[in-house]
Order: sequence, then structure tokens, then C-alpha cells
Amino acid sequence: MRKAIKTILGASLVAMSFIAPAQAAGDAKHPAVIDWSFNGAFGTYDRDALRRGYQVYKEVCASCHSMNQLSFRNLSQEGGPEFSEAEVKAIAKEYVVEDGPDDYGDMYERAALPSDRFVSPYPNDNAARASNGGAYPPDLSLINKARSGGPDYIHALLTGYQEAPEGVEMRPGLYYNPYMAGGKIAMPSPLMEDLVEYGDGTPASIEQMSRDVTHFLNWAAEPELEARKRAGFMVLIYLAIFAGLMYASMRKIWADLH
Amino acid sequence: MSGESTYNPGTGFTQWLDTRLPILRLAHDSFVDYPTPKNLNYWWTFGGILTFCLVTQIITGIILAMHYTPHVDFAFNSVEHIMRDVNYGWLIRYIHANGASMFFIAVYIHMFRGLYYGSYKAPREVLWILGVVIYLLMMAAAFMGYVLPWGQMSLWGATVITNLFGAIPLIGENIAIWLWGGYSVDNPTLNRFFSLHYLIPFLIFGVVILHIWALHVPGNNNPTGISVKSKQDTVPFHPYYTVKDGFALSLFLILFSYFIFFAPNVLGHADNYIQANPLVTPAHIVPEWYLLPFYAILRAVPDKLGGVALMFGAIFVLFLLPWLDTSKVRSARYRPLFRQFYVLFILDCLLLGYLGAQPAEGIYIVLARIGTIYYFAHFLVVLPVLGLVEKPKAIPESISEPVLAAKPAE
Repeated sequence: MRKAIKTILGASLVAMSFIAPAQAAGDAKHPAVIDWSFNGAFGTYDRDALRRGYQVYKEVCASCHSMNQLSFRNLSQEGGPEFSEAEVKAIAKEYVVEDGPDDYGDMYERAALPSDRFVSPYPNDNAARASNGGAYPPDLSLINKARSGGPDYIHALLTGYQEAPEGVEMRPGLYYNPYMAGGKIAMPSPLMEDLVEYGDGTPASIEQMSRDVTHFLNWAAEPELEARKRAGFMVLIYLAIFAGLMYASMRKIWADLH
Repeated sequence: MSGESTYNPGTGFTQWLDTRLPILRLAHDSFVDYPTPKNLNYWWTFGGILTFCLVTQIITGIILAMHYTPHVDFAFNSVEHIMRDVNYGWLIRYIHANGASMFFIAVYIHMFRGLYYGSYKAPREVLWILGVVIYLLMMAAAFMGYVLPWGQMSLWGATVITNLFGAIPLIGENIAIWLWGGYSVDNPTLNRFFSLHYLIPFLIFGVVILHIWALHVPGNNNPTGISVKSKQDTVPFHPYYTVKDGFALSLFLILFSYFIFFAPNVLGHADNYIQANPLVTPAHIVPEWYLLPFYAILRAVPDKLGGVALMFGAIFVLFLLPWLDTSKVRSARYRPLFRQFYVLFILDCLLLGYLGAQPAEGIYIVLARIGTIYYFAHFLVVLPVLGLVEKPKAIPESISEPVLAAKPAE
């Protein structure tokens, strides 16, 4: 049986290594693998990168893309950008939301509170489409989990715009990007040098902004990441000790039979 | 259940209970004193692991249902609510989602163990058939569970699978409409899938009880495939196998935890984090990995009805297996030819699994056809013929004999 198992394990490993990229690939260019600080068993987010990334989202992406799953209060949560509660209040206050109905049955507008969701740039999907040449700018709350390749793909896409190669015909309103399946994307290249001015003095190169906003988007998609990996480490230590005890007990119990 | 009960109620209360409802006696005879062959290897620990998986899925599922909303407008967001706002909701959901995959890993190992050691042969045919029933119910539960988050793969996977029923001649279309509760996969479909997804695990639990019952009448098979001949061949289930199962389970949990905490989404599909949209079809609709071989068989056939028939046939043939295998020898240890075909069969299943994830075109279709033909040939040709032509190796007198013989070598 042992030999058979080896053959089968080997074959399944080979099969798996084929399945994974085959599901991901399509005809798009493969994104480069980036060593994000949140990768790996002990990965954590870089607070500064998250804060810079939020700034890029707020000043650039948010003009077209919503982030419906997030509330302002999330920005002060542990494991995220960890803004102070006062900072979050100030951020929320910049936005106006519709509330109501009041006691007279009228809707009214008020400044947003930390408990409010991020405010969408458009009142509804149709308005979003109408303003973007018919293409819907997807909600970014989960974008890093909703694209195979995750953060590597998002960063590659943001920095990967090129002139269309010869022979590829581009309809107006479409832009060439080899990382997009099909090579054509309705979003124009969103980043240019020094588009934002970072408070901490970091030079705002395209590469820097893209990495920062991708970092932020990853937190938005997986806000539990740090807690999850920490818990996982403890669980594995516990299970390793538990398995050791079980093994020792088993040896002792079975000893009289052998 | 086999042999006389050795239960001895110790206290006044247990004596009183034993003459009214001998449930403690049943538990004692089934899980404490149950005589178990002493030579079971680690492949036999997956029964216990599977019970653990089922209970885990039920407990996490009940908690998830407290926070989930089965409505097309709210389902996707309610899952994100669980992930973000419910205390340890991410943990519960990741256990449940990855638990389905772990359940299938365990059940495939359990089934292939049965195939290798001939655990489906007389007198265990009913045990095997009940196992196939559980497997079918598991696939139904997993499929419906995958629809609930209402992502793109949920909607489109459900659309592909329910459309299969449309292939049935004459009444197919009406069956599909009846399943959907409308003219496409929509809110009524989501509602009923949620209801059934909650029901099926309890059906599985019931069949598991029958499965264990059907196990305890003939007793366990074992790696030699030889029936238990004397008391010398067995040990009581507790503590010998409780501790061995416990050790194996803790190793299994390490693998399980790796997925939950460090790679919670690698077994899923990225598209399911996009909310379902009936107007946008994903480029490739792929089921979860554990259904891929059947998906490959489905698409290998150019005719829709033929594909559906073969896909269900691929599972149905398992029901007939105890009578298709003509060999009287149970364990593959003593069947040199069968062992080679067994490896071929596993490779064929892996090939089909790989092909299920590929687009149905070109060389993939050709390979899927070859793989499908071989899958059925294994059951319908290889197994019946092998039993007639194969010359098995010498079989030991009893379970204890090879155990004793192996001792000096260690």
C-alpha cells in the first residue's frame, strides 16, 4: 500500500499544481508576486501603509468606487489603520448622509457619524453606470478577495496600463491593460505621479500609491487577518501539544498488546 | 450488539435506568466494549473523523443560521455581516466553509479505504450502500450550502446544476421550474435551498446511525480482510481505538486549522466574493473541487441528457459495487492485479477532477471522454473480470497470525 500511496500523492500534487493556475489564468498576464507585510503565518498590516492607502482611496478611488461593507468606525478598529476615535469622527463629519424620516415624516440630511457606512459616490447602480460610460465601477470592499491573484493582481492592474499593442483595436472608453482578462478595461489609469500629498512625507510615486491602496483594500477585504493569524498560531501550538499527548497515551495503552 | 452485553450498571440510578431504557447499555456495547479487530491501521480512523466533521458542520451551521438572511437582496451582505460584525463570525464561517472541504477529504479517504480493503463485500453490502447514501446527501448539502452566500458562483453553479434536470425528456422543464419556484434561480430557490440545507445534515445524522448499526452487526473489516475468528483477534473499542482515533483526529485538526487560519479561501473561488448578478455570467463556471470529477463526466458527453445520465450513473454504479466485484478475497493485500487497477482508478479520478476545472474544449474533452470510459470500465469490466482471472496470494489463517508473524521483524 505504501508504494501505491506515494504514486498517488505524487500524482495529486502534480494535478493540483495544474489546477490552481488553470483556474486563475484565462488569457491575462500573470501578476508579479509581491512580498506583502500581511503575507505568511505571522503577517500583519503596516499601519502607515493602511493610512496612506485610505488617503488614496478617499481622494482617488472613492470618486467612482463605493465601499459598502465598511463603516467609518472600522477605521479605528484594532488590526486596521487604527485612527483615533476623534480622527474617525472628524473623517465621518466630512460626509453628508440622508436620514429620517423625522417626526414630521420628512427625510433630512446630516453629517455622517462613525457608525455610518462609507458614503457611496452614486445614489444607485444605474447612476454609477451612467457616469462611467455604461461600465459599473465595482464596490471595493471585497475586491482583493474577489479577484484571483488578490493583492498581487490589484497592484499589477493599477500599475500595468500600457499603450495597446499593434493590431489590438481599442473602442473609445476602453484602455489597454494586459493584466485584465481580455486586455481591455473601462477604468482609465487612475494613478499619476504626486496625485496625492502624503501627510508623512512619503513620495507619492505611482508604485507607492498603488501598494498603499492595495494594502488598504486588503485590510478592507480581510479586517480579521491579524486576529485570525494570531489565533491560528495559538491553535496550532495547542493542537501540536494535544497530538503529542494523544500519541504518548496511545503508545502506553497499546504497549501491552505488542 | 454482536455477542453478549458486558455492561454492568454500577450505581442505583443506572440499574434503575437500565431496566427502563437501556441506553447506557447500548452506548457501552457500541462504543466501549465493542470488539474491534486489533490490526486496524490509520486508514480506519476516518470514520471517527467524519463523525467529528458532521457534528462540527451542524454546530457551526446552526450558529451561522442565527445571523444569516436567506433573501437575494440581503444574503450576500448578511454573510459579510457575519464576517465583520458578529463576534468571531469569521472563525465560525471559515470553519463551516472549510469544514465542507475537510468533510469531503475525509469521506474520499474513507471510501477509497473501503475500496482497497474490500469493505463493501459480504456481509457488509448494506453498510456500504448506506455509506453511498450518506455521500449523496453530503453532495446535496454541500451544493445547496454553496448557493447560500449568494455570490456569482452560488448563482451560476445553482443555475448549471438545476438546469440538468431540464434534460429529462418530456417533464424536465417542468421539474426545473418546480425546483426553482419560478423561471430561473431566484429568491424562492434561495429560500428552499436554505431550508433543505438545514434539513439534510440531520438526515445524514440519521443515516450515520444506521451506518454504525450496520457496521456493528458484522463488525469491522480489517487490513487483512479476514473475518474475526476468535476473541484473540479483537480488542475493546475503548480505550484502544478511542485513543488511536483521538490521535488521528488531532493530526487532522492541524490540517483543518491550517486552512481555517492561514488559507481560508484557497479552496473556494474568488468569484463568490462578487454578489450574484443574473445579468453577468462568469467566464468559467466551476463547482467546488469535490464535485469536479462528476462535472468532468457531465461535460464529456456531447448530449445533455447523456451527460446527466452518466454523471448520476457514476454515483449509482457505487450502489452495485458489492455485486460487481466477483472476487471472494476482500483485501487488496492479497490481490496483486487488483492493486494495480486500484492505483489506475485513483489516477483516473484525479485526472477527471483536474479536467473538471478546465474549459470543456479541445484536448480536455478528449481526455475527459477517455477518463469517463475508464471510470465505468473499472466497475463494469475490470472488477467483474478480475475476480475470475486473478490468482490471489496466500491468505493467512487468522488476523492474529500475520500480526504474530510480523513481530520478530520489528
